[in-house]
Amino acid sequence: MRSETFLGYRRKNGRVGVRNHVVILPVDDISNAACEAVAANIKGVLALPHAYGRLQFGEDLELFFRTMIGTGANPNVAACVVIGIEPEWTGRIVEGIAQTGKPVEGFSIEGQGDLRTIASASRTAMRLLQQASEQRREECSVGELYVSAKCGESDTTTGLASCPTVGNVLDHLDSLGATMSFGETSELTGAEDICASRAASAEAGAEFMRIFKSYQDFILAQGADLFGSQPTKGNIRGGLTTIEEKALGNLQKIGRRCCFVGCLAPAEAPKGPGLWFMDTSSAAAEALTLWAASGAVVHLFPTGQGNIVGNPILPVIKITGNPRTARTMSEHIDVDVSGLLQREYTLEEAGDRLWDMMIRVANGRLTCAEVLGHREFVLTKLYRSA
Amino acid sequence: MIHFIVHGSQDNVGVAVSDLVKGQQLSGWNMETDQRLEAVALQDVPLGHKIALKPIAAGEQVIKYNMPIGKASIPIAAGEHVHTHNLKSARW
Repeated sequence: MRSETFLGYRRKNGRVGVRNHVVILPVDDISNAACEAVAANIKGVLALPHAYGRLQFGEDLELFFRTMIGTGANPNVAACVVIGIEPEWTGRIVEGIAQTGKPVEGFSIEGQGDLRTIASASRTAMRLLQQASEQRREECSVGELYVSAKCGESDTTTGLASCPTVGNVLDHLDSLGATMSFGETSELTGAEDICASRAASAEAGAEFMRIFKSYQDFILAQGADLFGSQPTKGNIRGGLTTIEEKALGNLQKIGRRCCFVGCLAPAEAPKGPGLWFMDTSSAAAEALTLWAASGAVVHLFPTGQGNIVGNPILPVIKITGNPRTARTMSEHIDVDVSGLLQREYTLEEAGDRLWDMMIRVANGRLTCAEVLGHREFVLTKLYRSA
Repeated sequence: MIHFIVHGSQDNVGVAVSDLVKGQQLSGWNMETDQRLEAVALQDVPLGHKIALKPIAAGEQVIKYNMPIGKASIPIAAGEHVHTHNLKSARW
């Protein structure tokens, strides 16, 4: 029996989280030091240093704000301290996060210096952390989860076992009214027509093809040859030869029944339940950061050769169908479904195992990536700054 | 023991699910039809790599998941290892 409830944190805006982080969020690269100092003072808060946030403009700046605000707004975050060099952009991010109703306070360093800022931000962080520590989990429906799915270091076992297992779980989540997202625009090359045929409406399919073509045009305009990047060297070692083969394996993870209801810009929050396609890079840390910023609270990550990625606020559950990876990299693997290759159990039974782990992680069990300290927070940059 | 798995009924390649040794008698399984298959490995094929189920001419499509995954760049014999040395993407 697959459990249809779990114990989660219900936020003021009604959304449900599975973690209770207090995040110290830098607006820009030069505020990383102050954020890390606050996290060193206050044990149990989470600083999210990153490389950008200065002199960005246009669509790239909009994506930056969407990512920052979305990260603070994610239901896995109980409260947030935002630190930036100047008050305007800091204030914009604070206001965006405050829309959720969660506690959020901003600090700007100009005219104060690091030390005074760190002192005041640390006092606030302390108060927010103590408040957050009194929040209790309550029973929530699995249909209230927002689950993202993306694979990495794929090989042929990904298409045989780990991606179909994720697909089995997504089909079930869809029937319970959950929200889900997949993406990886470049890795759908060769399977784009099949992907478009899985749209729930003609509009969603046309929008997917528009995004896909725009990506292909971008590659052509760069005069680039993706061979050597896609498939990656790791994919090729694992037996994947062409991008078409990789894409067909990748697409196994959206299951057999569920159809995507619409398309999302990078880091854009889904507008309702169901499966959504998000225009993301296939690079794991970048894509996970975008999904976390769109509000995903659990991520299902099939891997063949053994990708080790994690995210600071989004628990990443690793599933492998490769018996060698399950043996040699066991500390990174939450669910081993390699028995599917020898028909030791059925796909439905493999789905039961992943479902059980998803519920346990939603209840609070730490994933391998969390325990090993994988907190990759990597912003997607559309073009160079001014 | 299953040595290789085939995704679709139209596929002309299978996937090794253990390390295959040259000359080995192989037992396979087609996931779509649930049929058992037999083959012989002409070469060593590592776990996860593909093996040709029938002869494939140069320029012919290589089929997996009942879908083309590229074209043979040189003729491929049944039982041969199929990878970057004899299969090229039709996309880039």
